[in-house]
Amino acid sequence: MRVEWDGRALELVKPMLVSKLLEHFSLSNETHLVIVNGRLVTEDQKIGKDDEVKFVRVVSGG
Amino acid sequence: MKCRVCGQPANINLKAYNTALCAEDFISFLENRVLHTIKKYHLIEDGDIPVVAVSGGKDSLSLWHIMNKLGYGADGIYIHLGIGEYSDISLTKIQHMADTLKRKVYIFNVHDLFRKGIDELARAMRRPPCSACGMVKRYIMNRVCIDKGYTVLVTGHNIDDEASALFGNLLYWKREYLWKKNMVLHGIEGHLSKKVKPLFLCSEREMAAYAILCNIDYIYEECPFSVDAKSLVYKGMLNKLEELSPGTKIRFLKGYVKMVKEEVEERDYCAICGYPSYGGKCNFCRLLERFKIQGNIYFEEHGACNLDSPQRMVT
Ligand SMILES: [Zn+2]
Ligand SMILES: [Zn+2]
Repeated sequence: MRVEWDGRALELVKPMLVSKLLEHFSLSNETHLVIVNGRLVTEDQKIGKDDEVKFVRVVSGG
Repeated sequence: MKCRVCGQPANINLKAYNTALCAEDFISFLENRVLHTIKKYHLIEDGDIPVVAVSGGKDSLSLWHIMNKLGYGADGIYIHLGIGEYSDISLTKIQHMADTLKRKVYIFNVHDLFRKGIDELARAMRRPPCSACGMVKRYIMNRVCIDKGYTVLVTGHNIDDEASALFGNLLYWKREYLWKKNMVLHGIEGHLSKKVKPLFLCSEREMAAYAILCNIDYIYEECPFSVDAKSLVYKGMLNKLEELSPGTKIRFLKGYVKMVKEEVEERDYCAICGYPSYGGKCNFCRLLERFKIQGNIYFEEHGACNLDSPQRMVT
């Protein structure tokens, strides 16, 4: 799978659950949304090896 | 996970509400919460003419979109701070939203008036950029309301902004600021407009999800000056508590709203412009005087020439 996060792009081979992927990057469900193939998904969604994943940061500085 | 309303695959899990929802049902759920907040806490009432402070970020653009969708026809105000590309991109996104909503947006350009961007202005004032920015924004937003006849200034502060600020004020017992975190701050006829925060009970996560699901094109980048290290730490801590015990942030703010009382401050009014001030002149008029700037404050207006706005609300 291809993971895009704050302008960086990474490749991961192993399919996994969204919750595991967040853990892998030490991200919290409260602070990041996960978009898979253009669709907002919940943590129990499985991500396959050909999927495109994007993290959206939700916390702003002000 | 399945949507609790329709059984379709869910797009978002809302632990604080012990529910998961699909895109469509989440959109109505969030809009209903905003509507409920506006009505229950009397944010906007019959006869009010609202205007939304827009920054180009997810919260204010979504709020502007929601208000107009809910029937609270509102124009916008944008303060162009002259922070390079960041301000220009924000403006483009705001103009695009104004065109979509067929509403007007007032644009105040800091550089046009002061011949300086906000960073240079802050240096000249010997203040941090965020403090100078806050002072200019508060003044100009109020000025638009008073000059153009809007009765209520609507801002996009969300539960995370408010809970973290309240937490900071409690931690250091800044008693004089405590009541100012409320979702309604009443105005003073002819001097100060009423201010309200309809997203007071909506989280940043929900607002980002709403913007994504409604295809609202917002500026993702942060203002290069706005990253307040302390407020980010507070937000992080509150989010940790939220993870351990979903609903904590809502309970914290709802409890606060129940117990807090608006206080009346002893104030003078600026002899030049009428803005509340301590001493004879307000900070903004002092600033103009210092840079020898004379004449009227000018707002550019974009969009909605076909409407007779401002419009008085009938709710
Ligand atoms: Zn549904
Ligand atoms: Zn003044």
